[in-house]
Amino acid sequence: MRRVMIIDESRCVGCEACVLACKNENDVPAGMYRDWVTQEARGTFPELSLSIRSERCNHCQDAPCVTNCPTGASHYRGDGTVQINRALCTGCRACIAACPYGARFVHPDGYVDKCTLCAHRLDRGQGTACEEVCPTRAIAVGDADDPTSEVARRMRRASLYVLQPEAATRPNVAYVR
Amino acid sequence: MHRARGMNALTFSRRRFLGVGAGTMAAMAATQADSVFRGYGAHAGVHDPCTDGRVVRTVCELCFWKCGIQAHVLNNHVTKIQGSPLHPLSLGRLCPRGTGGGGLAHDPDRLVRPLVRVGPRGSERFEAVSWEVALGTIAEKLEVIRRRHGPEAVAMFNHGAGASWFKHLFRAWGTNNIAAPSFAQCRGPRDVAFDLTFGAEPGSPETLDIAASDCLVLIGSHLGENMHNTQVQEFADFVAKGGDLIVVDPRFSVAASKARTWLPIRPGTDTALLLAWIHVLITEGRYQREYIERYAQGFDELARHVAPFTPEWAAAETSLDPELIRSTARRMGAAAPAALVHPGRHATWYGADDTQRSRAIAILDALLGAWGHRGGIFVPAGMRLAPYPTPPYPSARPAADRRPDEAPFALEPIAQGLRRATLDSDPYPVKAWFVYGTNLIQSLPQKAETIRAIQSLDLLVAVDVIPAEIVGYADVVLPEASYLERYDDLIGLSWRRGAVALRQPALPPLGDSKPGWWIAKKLGERLGLGAYFPWRDIDDYLEERCRRSNLDLATLKRDGVIVGPERASTVEEGLALSFHTPSAKIELSSERLRERGFDALPVYRRPADPPAGFFRLLYGRAPAQTFGRTANNRQLGELTHGDRLWLNASAAARLGVRNGDRVRMVNQDGARSEPVAVKVTERIRADCVFLPHGWGHTARGLRYARGKGVDDGDMITRVDVDPVMGGTGMRGNFVSIQREG
Repeated sequence: MRRVMIIDESRCVGCEACVLACKNENDVPAGMYRDWVTQEARGTFPELSLSIRSERCNHCQDAPCVTNCPTGASHYRGDGTVQINRALCTGCRACIAACPYGARFVHPDGYVDKCTLCAHRLDRGQGTACEEVCPTRAIAVGDADDPTSEVARRMRRASLYVLQPEAATRPNVAYVR
Repeated sequence: MHRARGMNALTFSRRRFLGVGAGTMAAMAATQADSVFRGYGAHAGVHDPCTDGRVVRTVCELCFWKCGIQAHVLNNHVTKIQGSPLHPLSLGRLCPRGTGGGGLAHDPDRLVRPLVRVGPRGSERFEAVSWEVALGTIAEKLEVIRRRHGPEAVAMFNHGAGASWFKHLFRAWGTNNIAAPSFAQCRGPRDVAFDLTFGAEPGSPETLDIAASDCLVLIGSHLGENMHNTQVQEFADFVAKGGDLIVVDPRFSVAASKARTWLPIRPGTDTALLLAWIHVLITEGRYQREYIERYAQGFDELARHVAPFTPEWAAAETSLDPELIRSTARRMGAAAPAALVHPGRHATWYGADDTQRSRAIAILDALLGAWGHRGGIFVPAGMRLAPYPTPPYPSARPAADRRPDEAPFALEPIAQGLRRATLDSDPYPVKAWFVYGTNLIQSLPQKAETIRAIQSLDLLVAVDVIPAEIVGYADVVLPEASYLERYDDLIGLSWRRGAVALRQPALPPLGDSKPGWWIAKKLGERLGLGAYFPWRDIDDYLEERCRRSNLDLATLKRDGVIVGPERASTVEEGLALSFHTPSAKIELSSERLRERGFDALPVYRRPADPPAGFFRLLYGRAPAQTFGRTANNRQLGELTHGDRLWLNASAAARLGVRNGDRVRMVNQDGARSEPVAVKVTERIRADCVFLPHGWGHTARGLRYARGKGVDDGDMITRVDVDPVMGGTGMRGNFVSIQREG
């Protein structure tokens, strides 16, 4: 099993329900975010385009945070996700410097925090909080190894892309347009 | 999101992306043979606030859509709110406002004690009193007003599902002066226009079959920024299946960014575009001929009327390409009857033009055969809800909102008309306002008039959850339990299948706040109206109503909703169409309008251009806000604030204004705004600016919202009233931009 999240940019309207659902689900402190939404407008009036993306930890398969973590706190869970063992985390921030996606922050309790892909929910057979709230069904989470899954269907689309491919992190979070 | 996340926002600006197609897939398909799960168990902590919590299925009130929700409660705290999978409007999903509803229930600025004013009106100086004293004070003053002026001297303003108890109370008291700004300040023109044309309103929620449509046209409706849950869900499905989306908007809205064609129209010229579209459909024979012959009347008159309105004519008015006007009309015609021009919702734009513009939309929908067809406007089913028996209401004088012959097609009393009657006592005095759930200081245009009317009252009562501006003017403030802390009346839904939903408490009322049903009953009893409130308590009321309606209250309490049987809602499903107009047909040309001296067919009137150096002020929605009612919600405050003024990049360069600069607006009447940060963007025309509505709070009690953004209402000093139905057109205001400091 390889858990992936494939986000359909064409569906997303940028409402940020995913951001709030995540904050409530995971009790993320005020002013800190495990996910966020970017809007990038390109062109000049009236020849314009807009891309809207819900972003988060990319759960990379070659994760610089894991490589650079001196204590082993940041680790591959074996299901496609990258997790942080808070008991091992010293809050040294090496992973924050290494992450190309700006996905990590120091929790006020002293450890580094980020998106867990709602592992606690996936383990119960639920979707992630952001996936389940999303009014436009832009977010899909599932097993990339299951060819009948919604994520596998999305991964077959020609518009599939990842953020910062030059970082060669092999993300498990990807986008379609 | 414009704030830094976590510690390192630096990567934010260098984030890039690249489509790599199959290569990405190959990269993603690699395995992780050597990975080991080292656990994040209880000691390492993946926080999960919901596992041992209680879940209550109830109804949202962060806007008027009334989605079913699931509130998770842990230790007397709403930890999270999800869309109810059982409710047909949420289908398990939810918008950001509903998701952040806990931020209302747990707002530290909540009203928690009844208050009586001790300073001058507007001073926000109160002393806390008991409910006995508060209700006694109100009853005493109302009796004096009734003796001197009659019961009609009391006006009631309201918004939201919880208002039903107070509408009942004041009908029983004997006044027809019951108004909601949601009519004459919002959807009124659209409702009147569709009622005149089809004999029915588009409904709330609008019964639009968007997901099944092949062509959707939005006239200023910014779905996606306007987060009406079900509609946005269907909109996303429509976009994903490759539906033909045509968006008319001076702003490159989120919806426009998803469109096959965006028409960046000159503001105020929509009727010209609509007439030209009608012209093309008729002259090229692309309308639904059989449907029109069978169901409509007035087609020949319409055809003659639109003969001059060619795309070339409209191009000069709208600044749009005539070939694009022609081709978009053809695309609508090709998709018909699975084609739909969205009726819109907030339609009080330009006053005189508004009902007529909405009529043009309705006529276009008729030509496309949208009404009653799959992919168009479906005909909803409701569910029978029997009332709890109470005595008949006493007869009362007609509402004071309109003088004879004024706004003859208004479907509801006009809120600003009650304000006017309060000021001039014509046709009779209005001496008390009872305000439930609407912040009249922001929800009525021409704030100074509202305050002047308030200062002339003998009594102002506000029932609210948070200390909005209107509360600061009240003589008596009654703190209501939030929507997560109370029962309300049964909530009926007219939709593809009818439904009845129950609002029920997930939390006990905060402090000394009380549910609306209790407040209305206690006040009614003090006013000698106890016979109108015969129920012992809310359980008695709900049980009796459910029994009479053949609904099981236990099921409602468990599921939050009961959905009715399948019913045909389109012709394709076997529905027989009927139209409740005087002619029993779709009235393309309206005899009813003609009889009252109005244009029987929509006539385009060119709007005034902005004076040199001015921009037309447009306003609208941001996804995480509902009017001003959500600005103090600290959870929603974690999201991107829609509190910036959108200004075209070239115009900004001319003015020397950079992104994030603070400016003041000064309007055509010299009204000057507080400073506001500018969003410099290519995404708007250079002849207008755009401001999300609902900011600029001044109430000291709103400690979080106060001072954030500015209120578009401060710049809306000019109002053009729609003579057909009394709507207040608010987009005829122009502002200049002055750099601050």
